[in-house]
Amino acid sequence: MDWGLFTIQMLNGLQLGVLLFLLAAGLTLVFGIMDFVNLAHGSLYMMGAYFCATLTQLTDSFLLGVVLALPLTALLGWLVELIVVRALYTHDHLDHVLATFGLILCFDTAVDYIWGPTGMAIPLPDFLNGQVTLFGGLEFPVFRLVIIASGLLVAALLYVMVAHTRLGMLIRAGASNRTMVMALGVDIGKLFALVFAVGAAFAGFAGMLIAPITEASIGMGNDIIIVAFVVIIIGGIGSIKGAFVAAMIVGLIDTMGRSFLDQLLKVFMSAQNAETSAPALSAMAIYILMAVVLAFRPQGLFPPKVR
Amino acid sequence: MTSLFRTGLPAYAMVVGLLFLAGLPVLAVWADNIFLIDLYLRLMILAIAAVSLNLILGYGGMVSFGHAAYLVVGAYAVGIPAYYGIYNGFLQFAIAILASAAIALVTGAIALRTKGVYFIMITMAFAQMVFFTFVSIEEYGGDDGLVIDTRSEFGGLLDINDNFTLYYFVLASLILTLGLVHRIVHSRFGMVISGSKGNDRRMQAIGFPTYRYRLASYVISGAICGYAGALLGNFTNFITPEMGDWVRSGELIFMVVLGGAGSLFGPVLGTAMFVLLEEYLSRITQYWHFPFGAMLILVVIFTRGGINGMFRWLGGRIGLGARS
Amino acid sequence: MYKKITALAALGALLAAPAMAADKVKIGFVTTITTPAGVIGQDMVDAVNLAMDDIGGKMGGLDVELIIEDDAFNPPVGKQKVDKLVKQDDVDFVAGFIWSHVLLASKKSALDAGKFLISSNAGPSQLAGDQCDKNFFSASWQNDQTPMAMGEVLNQNGVKSVYVMAPNYAAGKNMIAGVERTFKGKIVGRDLTKWGKDAQLDFSAELAKAKASGADALWVFYPGKAGGALIKQYEQAGLLGQLPLYTVFTVDSIALPKLQEGNLKGVMGSLNTQHWGPDLDNPQNKKFVEGFKKKYGRYPSFYAAQSYDTMFMIKSAVEAVNGNLDDKDGMRAAMKKADFPSTRGKFSFGNNHFPIQNFYLREVVADADGVWTTKIVKTVLENHQDPYAGECKM
Repeated sequence: MDWGLFTIQMLNGLQLGVLLFLLAAGLTLVFGIMDFVNLAHGSLYMMGAYFCATLTQLTDSFLLGVVLALPLTALLGWLVELIVVRALYTHDHLDHVLATFGLILCFDTAVDYIWGPTGMAIPLPDFLNGQVTLFGGLEFPVFRLVIIASGLLVAALLYVMVAHTRLGMLIRAGASNRTMVMALGVDIGKLFALVFAVGAAFAGFAGMLIAPITEASIGMGNDIIIVAFVVIIIGGIGSIKGAFVAAMIVGLIDTMGRSFLDQLLKVFMSAQNAETSAPALSAMAIYILMAVVLAFRPQGLFPPKVR
Repeated sequence: MTSLFRTGLPAYAMVVGLLFLAGLPVLAVWADNIFLIDLYLRLMILAIAAVSLNLILGYGGMVSFGHAAYLVVGAYAVGIPAYYGIYNGFLQFAIAILASAAIALVTGAIALRTKGVYFIMITMAFAQMVFFTFVSIEEYGGDDGLVIDTRSEFGGLLDINDNFTLYYFVLASLILTLGLVHRIVHSRFGMVISGSKGNDRRMQAIGFPTYRYRLASYVISGAICGYAGALLGNFTNFITPEMGDWVRSGELIFMVVLGGAGSLFGPVLGTAMFVLLEEYLSRITQYWHFPFGAMLILVVIFTRGGINGMFRWLGGRIGLGARS
Repeated sequence: MYKKITALAALGALLAAPAMAADKVKIGFVTTITTPAGVIGQDMVDAVNLAMDDIGGKMGGLDVELIIEDDAFNPPVGKQKVDKLVKQDDVDFVAGFIWSHVLLASKKSALDAGKFLISSNAGPSQLAGDQCDKNFFSASWQNDQTPMAMGEVLNQNGVKSVYVMAPNYAAGKNMIAGVERTFKGKIVGRDLTKWGKDAQLDFSAELAKAKASGADALWVFYPGKAGGALIKQYEQAGLLGQLPLYTVFTVDSIALPKLQEGNLKGVMGSLNTQHWGPDLDNPQNKKFVEGFKKKYGRYPSFYAAQSYDTMFMIKSAVEAVNGNLDDKDGMRAAMKKADFPSTRGKFSFGNNHFPIQNFYLREVVADADGVWTTKIVKTVLENHQDPYAGECKM
């Protein structure tokens, strides 16, 4: 076993996990508090990336681009809540799935219309573009390290907010018993809008972090949103802690599968078959995990306490 | 009037619709546009899938977000034997139905332990597993899919290599499926399914083992959808795991809801709307997904019960033959 | 006597009627317009429109009607569109096709209907080998050829071991097979990544493996936007200077503007092989590249060059039969001669209707205006025929 490679792949898995957590955090809050299934959460991830790309181009600074794009994405989230989502709270989950599926189509087409099909690159400043040498002479891209760090920072902030502020208290209360919160005279409409906007900003932030590595492109959120759903289901709907743990597990499974599964498969099948099967099997692994979790703990690993 | 037509739509509308489908090939030849036959073939095959989904979604309240997986299984049940030179249609369709039923039995047994959104997600997870299984099998083309060079052969009975014959074969299948679903829904079995959608605990209290009933309906639904998949494989002559992508499953749900879940003909209507809109909107503009998506949102927000519900509402207003 | 002549003339007119009935050449062009891969399709459509301008919208005296269809990067959709082109629009030629898997899915629909099928890009091995067809022509290359040229380059540069990466689909597998055919050193690792509309774009795990493998060089095939992403990550991972990069169909005039935008200088000087280059010296290519740059303000890609060639190839066929589109044999024979001005210069068709042509080594450079492009360094393979031609019974 090559421990250097293993360490690097652990870090890569962690980076994917952090990205998934940023997406899943908003998703699980919206789901937990408002009982709303938002497939279009991935579209906000995409919009964040496009806003950031455009602003980076205009201001010539990636950092400024992020700083400006964050409130913009939050604003967009707030508008989406106001115009579409609010009308759907009284509907059932099936309607949520369908309407937000429609939203995805609208967002994807709008981006195609405004920015064209090409996709947009986000250039990084030089100090983010290089590599750092870690212990044992291992090299790792600076920017991926930045992603891990900022993701962990957001997780910490979110923890403090949820555990130690009045807003957090309301959020926790909302996730475990919505009717009670309303009965206590809290303006639930405002709370919902706020949570939705914050969730949108998190998703947008994730988009802004990945776009300099890949690029901002149409439909970039459609694949990852399903994985984010897997994360929150495994973690337990409404649980930030669950989302964090599950995101890390899923990120590691996916990366480790891509790294080492073909070696493993080659033991009992031909090299060519192993190479074709490995990516598909490692993609499948997270769904197997979810099915197993649901079969044995239908509420996920960390369900919010008592309804 | 038979009870077969106890839906929101007036009976004569459905009869007209079926007559239209029956006469379409003639119309297509007359209009010198045989592509219409392809279009309506696809429409009817997807309609069978939608009707099968409606059995559990509309009547049983089980929102399966992975129904397209059975289309894939059914299609590969034709494709894999054909790959080895086995073109016997009876065998292929039997495999399609049995394999789909078996998968539905195993996945349903697990999935039906969950409720609500967990059910939506676990059915999606199982469908993704099916999807990635076919992607991973290099032998049958993996991601690239598999070309079926010869369609199913039914001895001397039927030659579906001819699109006209296939068309009427599919039309007959659609009518039979509708009849079957009608029979199921109006049987004691169907009542239990509907009842457990309304209040599962009460049904259990009365003494019905609802889990087993729901599982049975889930298996029947999967088997019918697998049959539709076998038809689809024959029609397209080319199959790929992508047919079972979660987006396809979402579209099937859309077809059911658009037409009106829980009514016999609703899914057919919804599928027709979906397929025809897709075909004609995409010719008008490259950005056709936008009006499509917007319509989806509006339908969900404003018309509960889909198009069928809308007709019912309209029918009630102007006093036309809406009976329920 | 006079009456007799008029009667003959009338009879002649009557006989000519079927030919005159087809007063238009209908060309269906299938490519990817939507999805992020639409950027490639756009380049192709632009080239086809430029060709239409250059030929004045006419072939052999007939008007040309162009019907462009979007395959959405999806084989079943592509097939559906070909069915529509064949059955509803009744086109004479079905052309286009970026993707091998879309072409493989669609070919039966076009060929069974007796239409000409012309690939403007994809060159899957199946169609060059046992599934070759008298009505199929390639205006591009067979998938294996370009990487075979690259394998030769690797040998010439003294590379002993290489790590290969490609997307997991028909062409990706052909490309890897191609490089393995000619490369004499050792392939120390192979990665096939998820492709299609949800294609994998983050290659962190794969690049880490490539680096740890200790290979002399990295060889990749990533068409479209994935190419840009890969090169960016290659540079971010610090592989520049450690693991030389050799590419096919990855660094082109679609990826380069974006790389320049991101100022990823690592790609400068990197090597790739191709049957064509914007600086290839022949009159048709000069006309094409200049016309394209003038009309669209950017360099054309090889996809564009092949699409442009496709139109001229069809034109040569229609002209050879004087616009009698029912004369399929005449058109087929005309196309087989490859007697039209091509952007790649003179070439010929093999028995399987794939081109026998040169392949060049290209290097990424900045042009006089500072725009990043490719420059032909040398000819690697001369009059090269694909390795599957022998399997084609034609």
